[in-house]
Amino acid sequence: MINLSINGKPVSLDVDPDMPILWVVREELQMTGTKFGCGIAFCGACTVHLDGQPVRSCSTPISAAEGLEVTTIEGLPDSDGKLAKVQQAWIDAQVPQCGYCQSGQIMSAAALLRDNPDPTDEDIDAAMSGNICRCGTYPRIRAAIKAAARA
Amino acid sequence: MNKWSRRGFIGAGLAGGTALVVGVAIRPGNPVDRLAKDAALEGEQLINAWVKIGEDNVVTAIAPHTDMGQGALSTLAQMLADEMDADWDKMEVMSAPANGEYVSNEMARHFLTPDLDVGSWLEPTIDGAFINLAGAMDLYLTGGSFSVRSTGQKGMRVAGAAAREMLVGAAAQAWDVPANEVTTEKSRLYHKASGRAADYADFAVAAAEQSLPAKPKLKSVDEFKLMGTPAPRLDIPSKVDGTALFGIDAEIPGQKLSYAAVLAPPVPGAKIATLDDTEARSMRGVSNVLNLGEFAAVVADSYWHAQQAANTLSATYTQTATDNLDQAGMFKNFEVALNDAGEDGGDGLVDVGDVRGAFEASATKVEAEYQVPFLAHAAMEPINCTVWFHDGQAEVWIGTQTPLRCRTAAAEVFDISTNDVTVNLLHMGGGFGRRSDANMVTMAARIAKEIDAPIKMIWSREEDTQKAAYRNATTSRFKAGIDESGKPVSWDNIFLFHNDPADAAFVPYYDIDSQRIRAVNDAELPLPFWAWRSVDHSQHGFFVESFVDEMAHAAGKDPLEFRMSMLDNSPRFAAVLKKAAEMSNWGSAMPANHGRGVALVRSFNTIVAMVADVDMSSGSPTVKKVYCCADAGYVMNPDGFAAQMEGGIIYGLTAALYGEISIKNGAVEQSNFHDYQMLRMYESPEIVVEIINGNPDDIGGGGEPGTPPIAPAVANAVFNATGIRTRKLPLAGQSFSV
Repeated sequence: MINLSINGKPVSLDVDPDMPILWVVREELQMTGTKFGCGIAFCGACTVHLDGQPVRSCSTPISAAEGLEVTTIEGLPDSDGKLAKVQQAWIDAQVPQCGYCQSGQIMSAAALLRDNPDPTDEDIDAAMSGNICRCGTYPRIRAAIKAAARA
Repeated sequence: MNKWSRRGFIGAGLAGGTALVVGVAIRPGNPVDRLAKDAALEGEQLINAWVKIGEDNVVTAIAPHTDMGQGALSTLAQMLADEMDADWDKMEVMSAPANGEYVSNEMARHFLTPDLDVGSWLEPTIDGAFINLAGAMDLYLTGGSFSVRSTGQKGMRVAGAAAREMLVGAAAQAWDVPANEVTTEKSRLYHKASGRAADYADFAVAAAEQSLPAKPKLKSVDEFKLMGTPAPRLDIPSKVDGTALFGIDAEIPGQKLSYAAVLAPPVPGAKIATLDDTEARSMRGVSNVLNLGEFAAVVADSYWHAQQAANTLSATYTQTATDNLDQAGMFKNFEVALNDAGEDGGDGLVDVGDVRGAFEASATKVEAEYQVPFLAHAAMEPINCTVWFHDGQAEVWIGTQTPLRCRTAAAEVFDISTNDVTVNLLHMGGGFGRRSDANMVTMAARIAKEIDAPIKMIWSREEDTQKAAYRNATTSRFKAGIDESGKPVSWDNIFLFHNDPADAAFVPYYDIDSQRIRAVNDAELPLPFWAWRSVDHSQHGFFVESFVDEMAHAAGKDPLEFRMSMLDNSPRFAAVLKKAAEMSNWGSAMPANHGRGVALVRSFNTIVAMVADVDMSSGSPTVKKVYCCADAGYVMNPDGFAAQMEGGIIYGLTAALYGEISIKNGAVEQSNFHDYQMLRMYESPEIVVEIINGNPDDIGGGGEPGTPPIAPAVANAVFNATGIRTRKLPLAGQSFSV
């Protein structure tokens, strides 16, 4: 059994210790907001927070989360369901197109903004360049991060 | 039911006893009923647009398109809502169900509401054309930047206007006032003189009894309230909180899914000769390994287990004609094919004036050859499909551009009627043309048929990159003549593989008296072709606009002025180009090692000019800023359109800088994002978009036209900075040392 907390709720999981967090949350827990993109930590679609740090869940075994807190896109709104500032900024800037990569983009942005409330363009480049968007929403992601920082 | 026009029909009735439903069906350009199927082959489509008003006063637009991120569904709803004076805050939109009965009684029965009594209201619309719909598999397709300019203009607006007129008629009758005194706003009806007001829902039942307008009056541009405004997209809230469901997220209530990972032969056309699955069968969670000839599948209790086991499969494959072919050999074959065509071979596409005579007599002659490689679509969501076959019925869960093809694919595998297939439409994690194929349904259905259980098949990124269908590699040759005054007098172009759109290589807007364009189609293409965002424009945009730049240089003229000098008879093109030049401050000084390039491409009836500012200090291009001006006739949602230009630019820039699928021993060499590189945030340029509404009666597409101009604009900027002309893509890896 692996014991950890997901989005603030403690869970005990009877799964392979080496199964990536991605497939545990998607298939065992039916939380499908976290996406599979490449399987080799090159695209960022699977980004979740592990004790607050953004990690690529496709390449992080669930055993690495033992005793830790995993936050997924489903856990980003507050307990009343109110969207996080960064999510609202995404809506205001009309960021998503297909939307598939956006859970990962938002998780990376949320981690950036928590550690760095007023990121520069260079900070944004550094924090967000692990997340690929094939629809090309980068300019709007940049604008949304800056708007969320001001909000 | 009234006949609206020779090619259009409106029907209306009640769904569930209380919801008004108005539908419009149109066959553009095809007066013969039995040609519904053939019409699709000619590039025509049936258009079906529906609107439903529910008891809760929510207005739902139902469109025969799916959304892969381009926002067209939302824009279609916007067009309908405007004509109907519907409340945007209470508007919903959905893709039509994926069955041919969408336009018939069965559609309404199965889809709108289970207890719908369709009665006779729809019957008259089911004439020959619509009965034939089930056979017309291509009609429900999203592609060609088609949705807004055709379905929106001819279907959604008419449905909205008709619904509004019927509601007004019903209210006027009930209130005993003249119809022209009844006004509408935000899904409500008003009679100001008597102070009466009501929700649309209050008159939905009565409206169904109204006679249908013979030809609903559409708003003129100055009457638009929602059209032409940046109304927020309806799908975006679900895409920031993880609730939007994509194909890969499919679940079947009450059923435990099995998961399949697949392994297809590396060379197209090969089959699996031998398969060693000993290790795979012994692995945790694996329930089955299937050798299906065209591919192998591992079935397990989780996708991860299935993929881990699939990675251990060891296969040999049957031989193919391209087993020994590599990238250089392929381009050599292209050369041979073009050489064989010679001066007169190939299919003549354009032949105006005396190209040879004008070229021979010209003072300056320019010749060049260009080439581009294969490209993969690389949508973020790997290909997947979920299928459940039970009780003689098949259910499919998928995000697709072509729901009806998916239905047919499943029906063929299970040998059942298409009426026994239900396709559940989910979001697409990117399409770009890739998801207008239905082969993934065939594969998932074949697995489901073998294991007799609901199955979710997911391709690995490696399978998605290597075993797909591609934007074709190709070569194009040009010859142009320029007279003593610097005026171009002849244009002669021959290229390989004429796909779609038919006119992608044409430049009628450039004032060159003699033009000849030919295509050679009989060369072998070692990987299968599939439409890729902007299709043939993706290569011809680069070829044509690079060559125009070479002509300008040969003529000793500024590239922008040279193009302007050829646009005297094409004022909309000239206006777009002029605007892009102004935006970029064309002609102003650039820092050392920086260059500026321009390109002008019309695709999908939208004219786009781009100027790219490029920094060559590092020896390879860094695109700093892109100025984009577009004239799509009239843009329904400027913010959504700008987003498509931004996305189209970044999609095209990824291809220009990095995009290369190459073959070795007949197989694709690249496998994942580490060797099939994508543009990322740190190298994403600043993009400025301006829109010109040049002709509201001549609307162009939005999803694709942003892609073609960026590659030539960047290549031309590289030349401007370095004096080095590149005639092939991608740019990365080429030497541009100054």
